[in-house]
Amino acid sequence: MLDTPLTDMNSLRPRWMAVLARSTQDDLKHYFDQNGGLPDHHIMKAAETGTVMVEGRAGGTGQRFNTGEATVTRCVVRLGSHMGFSYALGRDKNHALYAAILDALLQDPAHHHAVMVAVIKPLQERQAQVRLERSRKAATTKVEFFTLVRGDG
Amino acid sequence: MYVAVKGGEAAILATHDLIAEERRGDPALPELSVNQISEQMQLACARVMNEGSLYDKSLAALALKQCQGDGVEAAFLLRAYRTTLPRFGSSLPVDTAQMAIRRRVSAAFKDLPGGQVLGPTYDYTHRLFDFALMAEGGTPSAPVAELPLDAAMPRVPDILGAEGLMEDERPDALDRTPFDLTRDPVEFPADRDVRLQALARGDEGFLLGLAYSVQRGFGGNHPFAGEIRMGEVSVHFIPEELGFAIDLGDITVTECQMINQFQGSKDIPPQFTRGYGFAFGHNERKAMAMAIVDRSLKARDLGEAAHYPAQQEEFVLYHADNVEASGFVEHLKLPHYVDFQGELELLRKIRAEQAALAQQNEAAE
Repeated sequence: MLDTPLTDMNSLRPRWMAVLARSTQDDLKHYFDQNGGLPDHHIMKAAETGTVMVEGRAGGTGQRFNTGEATVTRCVVRLGSHMGFSYALGRDKNHALYAAILDALLQDPAHHHAVMVAVIKPLQERQAQVRLERSRKAATTKVEFFTLVRGDG
Repeated sequence: MYVAVKGGEAAILATHDLIAEERRGDPALPELSVNQISEQMQLACARVMNEGSLYDKSLAALALKQCQGDGVEAAFLLRAYRTTLPRFGSSLPVDTAQMAIRRRVSAAFKDLPGGQVLGPTYDYTHRLFDFALMAEGGTPSAPVAELPLDAAMPRVPDILGAEGLMEDERPDALDRTPFDLTRDPVEFPADRDVRLQALARGDEGFLLGLAYSVQRGFGGNHPFAGEIRMGEVSVHFIPEELGFAIDLGDITVTECQMINQFQGSKDIPPQFTRGYGFAFGHNERKAMAMAIVDRSLKARDLGEAAHYPAQQEEFVLYHADNVEASGFVEHLKLPHYVDFQGELELLRKIRAEQAALAQQNEAAE
């Protein structure tokens, strides 16, 4: 992800947005604390909490149905010529603002690499680590079956 | 004569103070935090999210704190809060085949690709009290295997489906936007999308009782737990302004695929039919009950006679919602003074008329 040429930035965008969506407010605030606070930005859509209806499929593969809603918070900002978006589960409005600003910075070739190195890469690694650890814990509960041989056969 | 009666404001305000004190319990003990509830009462929070039909763990925990652990009241709080929020749209259908599995078992197939993963479960506990939990301070830690689970954990019905012995679950050509019972009134006969949405937000106890009735013979299905899986799935959403799908993060879900024997009909060859259960959080009892009831509600589609409650969609769908049900049952607590006065006077009048008639008859004899 880090070594991808900047021309491919658009294809990377859903991936960095996914990483940002899984982060916490504190994860992102840290970056701004280290870099002289929030950069100048215009709020296009102030952070707002709403819902998204989560769809499922009957049997996992069949007809679509509504399983229930989930809370989602969104925010849209403009930094220079770049529009930064954040849409993430939950109700954290500060997180939404920080993530939207970072999304705009990541689209800016002048900041892309620095934000990838300082924010996205470490978060992505940590998120992958958490997922791996959960899977490794579940793996200890995987059943090994033994075939019992009875009598003289 | 109708006399409007007003009053009780002071008494009502006083109940708010009194319930707040009751809720807090013994002030000498530390107060529960919402985070403690969302972390340490996860299964209660899952139930509230399902019946409140809103995935938000901290709100579910707050709801439980606010109503002293009353699950139905907590679901009501979540439903009420939801109505204050704008809806940004609908997600893409979640893909449970891509779930980050933490538990996955099949009671039908022993050797399935990816294996039987027991995960965190009370199934194999002895249901004996662990009095050590009465003392605080322990931080248990689970062992960690060297390798994670297999990357591919195919859903069991997808595996058996290849043989053609399993009812196919496929969208129709239009793959249309599902019906939403929070926006439009339910009409009967109700399609599968309506039924599944109603069941997903239905009361766990009600669905459990119905599923049990099916198993005991009031429905005539013999279900196998084809697969139960629990873990995290990501939710994808296409914001209009962006035009491409973005990943909003993960939700924990439980999915149950029930498999049922079916004799076949004149249009459908003998095969296994399916019931589907889906629940927010870790909630297997709900997902299993839902799957059994989903299958029994297919009676009409499969040309089966619908003699039993669990096969009658109007009965099931109208009575599964515990917020509606408790609203109607519990509204009886509210003043019905005028209604009652009317009935009382009617009864007195009938009695008086009967007494007068009896007197007349006596006099005539």
